[in-house]
Amino acid sequence: MENNTILEAQEVRFRYDGDQPAETAAYAVDGVSMKVRRGEFVAVLGANGCGKSTLAKHFNAILLPETGTVLVEGMDTRTDEKLYDIRQKVGMVFQNPDNQIVATVVEEDVAFALENLGVPTDEMRTRVDEAMKLAGIYDQRTKAPHKLSGGQKQRVAIAGVIAMRPDCLILDEATAMLDPRGRAQVMKTIRSLRDAGISIVSITHYMEEAAQADRVLVMSRGRIVMEGAPTQVFSQTRRVRSYHLDVPQAAELRDELCAAGLPMPEGVITPEECARAIYDLLA
Amino acid sequence: MLRDITIGQHFPGNSIIHRCDPRLKIVATIAYIVVLFLASNPLGMVLSLVLLGLLYRAAKIPLKLILKSLKPIFPIVIFTAVLNLFFITGEGDPLVHLGFVRIYAEGVRYAVLMAVRIVALIAGTSLLTYTTSPIVLTDAIEALLKPFARLHLPVHELAMMMTIALRFIPLLIEETEKIMNAQKARGAMLDNGKFMERIKALVPVLIPLFISAFRRADELAMAMECRCYHGGEGRTRLKVLRFGRDDVKCAVVLAAGLAVILSTRWIMPGL
Amino acid sequence: MSEIIKAEHLRYVYNPGMPDETAALDDVSFSIEQGDFVGVMGSTGSGKSTLIAHFNGLNRPTSGKLYVDGRDMWAEGQNLRDFRFLVGLVMQYPEYQLFEETCWKDIAYGPRNMGLDEAEITRRVREAADFVGLSDELLQKSPFELSGGQKRRVAIAGVLAMEPKILVLDEPAAGLDPEGRDTILTQIKNYHQATGITVILVSHSMEDIARYANRVLVMDHGKVAMYDTVEAVFARAPELLQLGLSVPQVTQVFLMLKGMGLDIDTDVYTMPYAVKTVLRAWNAKHPDKAVPEGKKGGGADAS
Repeated sequence: MENNTILEAQEVRFRYDGDQPAETAAYAVDGVSMKVRRGEFVAVLGANGCGKSTLAKHFNAILLPETGTVLVEGMDTRTDEKLYDIRQKVGMVFQNPDNQIVATVVEEDVAFALENLGVPTDEMRTRVDEAMKLAGIYDQRTKAPHKLSGGQKQRVAIAGVIAMRPDCLILDEATAMLDPRGRAQVMKTIRSLRDAGISIVSITHYMEEAAQADRVLVMSRGRIVMEGAPTQVFSQTRRVRSYHLDVPQAAELRDELCAAGLPMPEGVITPEECARAIYDLLA
Repeated sequence: MLRDITIGQHFPGNSIIHRCDPRLKIVATIAYIVVLFLASNPLGMVLSLVLLGLLYRAAKIPLKLILKSLKPIFPIVIFTAVLNLFFITGEGDPLVHLGFVRIYAEGVRYAVLMAVRIVALIAGTSLLTYTTSPIVLTDAIEALLKPFARLHLPVHELAMMMTIALRFIPLLIEETEKIMNAQKARGAMLDNGKFMERIKALVPVLIPLFISAFRRADELAMAMECRCYHGGEGRTRLKVLRFGRDDVKCAVVLAAGLAVILSTRWIMPGL
Repeated sequence: MSEIIKAEHLRYVYNPGMPDETAALDDVSFSIEQGDFVGVMGSTGSGKSTLIAHFNGLNRPTSGKLYVDGRDMWAEGQNLRDFRFLVGLVMQYPEYQLFEETCWKDIAYGPRNMGLDEAEITRRVREAADFVGLSDELLQKSPFELSGGQKRRVAIAGVLAMEPKILVLDEPAAGLDPEGRDTILTQIKNYHQATGITVILVSHSMEDIARYANRVLVMDHGKVAMYDTVEAVFARAPELLQLGLSVPQVTQVFLMLKGMGLDIDTDVYTMPYAVKTVLRAWNAKHPDKAVPEGKKGGGADAS
């Protein structure tokens, strides 16, 4: 049963000003317990400063918990010898693609992690090509990153991480700086990665993206305050709003129509579902 | 304006020069610079430019690009030339004698020579960076410097620093432009005003630029850690440097070319 | 009403004469009325950023004319700085332009460049700070101690304090969380209503444009693809989708309904109107179970 869990946080607490006395300090992550199962797509929502990025950085040992434990495939992130195993298992993509691309040619950047891991050259070539194809940037492989669009750059960053063949990919607001087209490209890539069996943890401000996840976590003040399937979470419009978040417009429309007295079904969060429900009422 | 600076940039391509072993290119560039200084006679200079022209041709890099990259150093070229023109004294009568200004034939020759030398120097080294991706360049430097690692020279670290610097140059240039525009929009005197005013107006550009550079550095360091970067130990390479048949050919051709230029030293009197 | 901005056959070419020469703007003509709130949309590379840089004299048109407040910006004898004070430009991620020791000083930078006296600078800084909801305590702090959303508001206040006649904002809400986004856009809307200045808002989010603007300018490949009222532009939602723009989710719902064969309007892009449209259709179909159309839904606009 446990081997189905990829990531696990147990009562994790963390604060940035670690030397302050514990009573006065503000904990960025304040007692979070959660699990991510193999192949699962989890979206983490929360207003700015709720601790979601801090939590994410615990999953590949960029940050270590003050108290509590973080396990990656059963390995404690505090174990020094396992550091590179952990980072290879859990890939991380950040907000600004410009600040994560090291090399000046796409394919060389995608190879960066494998070079660090000491993968033999022949094997590296196959894995780099495979990663670029999966991220949909194979055609751009010899280009300079600064000549690419935002969506392409972010997919280069994703390819650079999935070349390590991680079991889990963490996206820390990876779509925040992209235009709608770039966002759509990245979301498409994320879906195909999930289909390839990689677990996804996506931290996002876009409710439409979260609606595509298997499970949604809402964080507020360093704690997880809501958890469940997107339909469960987003149908609680008011509660979601109380954490300074939005719900997808489709869910909002469903709520409004219910409030006006129409018999709309439960669990409507995507435009398709919403259109279907309204169609059933009006046709 | 700022985006005109093309020095240090890489223009991907697939010409023979692009494919050439970067170690050879570095050695050849250094040799070329040395030869430029040794063969300081008109014939040598002409031949150096011809060789460079041929190499650019082989690399399929448009002439316009070279001119563009030379634009920012033009003031330096002219300054050096003028300095030589006026301050070199030669034997015999001056060509021009106007008050205290005396221009000798020697001065003219020096001026032209210096100008050509600087241009050849910049264009020559630019060819190296144009045709060699910085990461490959860094690999080559690392490979060439490897013997010094025994002397505790942090070879890999130096190479990595260089790669990152090169990667971020275009980004920071773009950023500088953005910040300058933002401050201009707030009435900063960047494109006009007195000299001192302009200097003062740079503070609002430099501070945000440095802050941004530090932020980027921070994020990059984290992203590199996430991709298991831990220094040069045990690293492998996507592209392994191999000195192939084509490289041998290139080396021979280049050596011959440089030898011819060098030989002008004994054919024609130097300066 | 009078024209505050008028563009005539504006053309702007990047890298003229080089192999990578591109016309970022090509024969762009339109005019903006004083007091309008214009949303500017277009996919990346459509020329919208180049266009707004023109309003501020940061780009010089290759050909064509640009009139701001009735004056030809690039005519002989015009002082560019006058135009820069007339047109306040908030660039993308404006928090990256902050540099002073305190927020107060940073907001005062623009007014100081205008050569105003201390009393006037103080008044303007205070008013601008009030508009974006920055407390006195925050104003004395270094901008680098603030949160992302607060920094952004300091940067916007720095432009408001110049009291421009035209306020141009390039994606002022990019990268903020939903609450930060609403706060900033609402403040801009309030500012627009209170001062009556002209606002030009570049945004990828049709939801935002639908909520705040009265006219929409759509750019595509360096040309003006559409320029009309919000209603008229969003009624052409399928075309917008083809231009690579996203339409609001509610609009998508109605487009789908139409696609399913339902006879329903598709020019729906705000929540209240969406609710009303569905209710009207419901009442027409089920007169026996009619619900009041005017009633506002319970969950509506909790903000």
